Amino acid sequence: MRFILTRLLHSLFVLWAVVTLMFLMFRLMPGDPMAAYISEALSEESKQSIRAQFGLDRSLPEQYLLYVYNLCRGELGTSFFIKEPVWDIVMAALPNTLTLTFIGLILAYSFGVVAGAYLAWKRGSLTEGIAIPIVLGTRAAPEFWVGMILLAIFAFNLGWFPSGGAASPGAMYDSEWQRLLSADFWHHLALPVLTLALYLQGLPLLLMRSTMLDALHEEYVTMARMKGLPTRRIVLNHAARNAMLPVATAFALSMGQLVGGNVVIETVFSWPGLGRILVQAVSSSDYPLAQGAFLLVSVALIAMNLLADLLYTLLDPRVSHERRH
Amino acid sequence: MSAGTEPSYGLTKKILRLTGRDPFALAGISIYVVFALTALLANVIAPHDPMEILFLPDGNVAMNQRPSPSYWLGTTSLGRDVFSQLVFGARSALMVGLSAALVVVVVGTLVGLFSGYFGGWVDNVLMRIGDIALSIPFLPFIIVLAAFVKPNVWNVVIGVSALLWPNTGRIVRSQVLSLRERSYVEAAKVSGASHLNILFTHIAPNVLPISFLYGSIVVGWAIFTEASISFLGFGPSDTVSWGFMLQDAFVSQALSRGAYYWFIPSGVCIMLMVSAGFFISRGYEELLFPKLRD
Repeated sequence: MRFILTRLLHSLFVLWAVVTLMFLMFRLMPGDPMAAYISEALSEESKQSIRAQFGLDRSLPEQYLLYVYNLCRGELGTSFFIKEPVWDIVMAALPNTLTLTFIGLILAYSFGVVAGAYLAWKRGSLTEGIAIPIVLGTRAAPEFWVGMILLAIFAFNLGWFPSGGAASPGAMYDSEWQRLLSADFWHHLALPVLTLALYLQGLPLLLMRSTMLDALHEEYVTMARMKGLPTRRIVLNHAARNAMLPVATAFALSMGQLVGGNVVIETVFSWPGLGRILVQAVSSSDYPLAQGAFLLVSVALIAMNLLADLLYTLLDPRVSHERRH
Repeated sequence: MSAGTEPSYGLTKKILRLTGRDPFALAGISIYVVFALTALLANVIAPHDPMEILFLPDGNVAMNQRPSPSYWLGTTSLGRDVFSQLVFGARSALMVGLSAALVVVVVGTLVGLFSGYFGGWVDNVLMRIGDIALSIPFLPFIIVLAAFVKPNVWNVVIGVSALLWPNTGRIVRSQVLSLRERSYVEAAKVSGASHLNILFTHIAPNVLPISFLYGSIVVGWAIFTEASISFLGFGPSDTVSWGFMLQDAFVSQALSRGAYYWFIPSGVCIMLMVSAGFFISRGYEELLFPKLRD
């Protein structure tokens, strides 16, 4: 219990540090600091009201306090170009990013765990000798490049899949859930999710393989062998079950990294998610939107790091955090 | 001093021996050597200037040419030679990769040395800063950084270094924790050597091989990141890099025209360079992580 509390405080501290860093970055940039919030195109009146709302006419420490206060209320400002509250824009993009990330992870981890266990089983064989360099290669291939190849083949050449976006033109839905469950949405999701899964499967695969190899040398596996249990059962019941722990932790960690890390895949496939919003906001100098998207991505990362840590403690009784250096 | 007390000799020897024996390490190092030679001899190898607009004998711009003896990998939609761009791309890739790796190795090693040797509040402060750096979303941070400074290669180097040093720092720190208890360090202390003296003459030489091996992963990461940033359009527009080539191909409809010769080779180069880092670190895995679990 004490560990959970310490870990939670630690996460809050890190979040505070990231928020502060962001404040400094956006204020200390070259040029007028007010440009971070106020578009030149606004009328003098609305400029004044935004200045007052964010306290841009006050001293830096006061601005900072107001900035933190606004963040706590979920007040992220208004986008320069879309002219809507930043909060609404990022929240509308979040389901697309989460679906892409989550489905991609599930595909990658289901494949990776099975293939990794198989390769541990085949240790020293020709299959392993060929498979390992290939797996390392898929981890080294830029996702956007893989996406470009898939697009060229399956969208442009064969015409099996749409070349971008998340919906066909003119598609209308009554609710967000109906949209996410429609066949059209999944048709658009297929190529981006495949690209993501191809890139991701290497980590769970290698992790599963190496932990399985270690587990096969543990005492309890030797014990099971001495008891005369069939090898297949030993692998499935004992070794694989224990090897799942680091894989589960890696899953949570990747989830956090990917909410912001999907930037390039979302750009290649014009997938309307958070990462693409960030890229568009930065290239059009839409500072409030860029800041909001970056903040959301950071929160996701820190929250999933916390979850991964708690998961690890919860699942592995051997980890005692009281004595950790 | 006898050979047994200074593990660095053993480690260096071990690295040399493993390079000869381990196919992964050998493959990784060969890839680095080939690309390094390409980068050095780019002027000699490339048949054209990578940014030069080429013309056909009939006076038209040589745009969208398919691969032929005069243009080995075809030309871009602006009539530039793809093969020459590929060759010069090795230069910027190596520059970005090596500078980022150097910064990460230097900063990570220093942090790890001080953190592990002095412990206490020094350790606490440095490791908390490391935690923060690792909690910043990698690519988004570098994109936001690109929003404030003029696009240039060094943004990527700064961004990658700022966020990746904690990994090296942690590994070095854990090494130092065990090294500082060794008898020869005790002996140096008793004989009146200063802390800095002990750190840099007795401990640092022993952790350097590990820092450098870790740096080989950073080389790949930096190249990968530079490619992503250039692809997103935040890279410098006057330097030819593999990411720049891919972005150029992407926005010039190379995909719908099926101009595979334009965008396949640069991706393969990135993949080879990044895999080389993986191969090397994998080849020396038993050195890097004596026991993976802590």
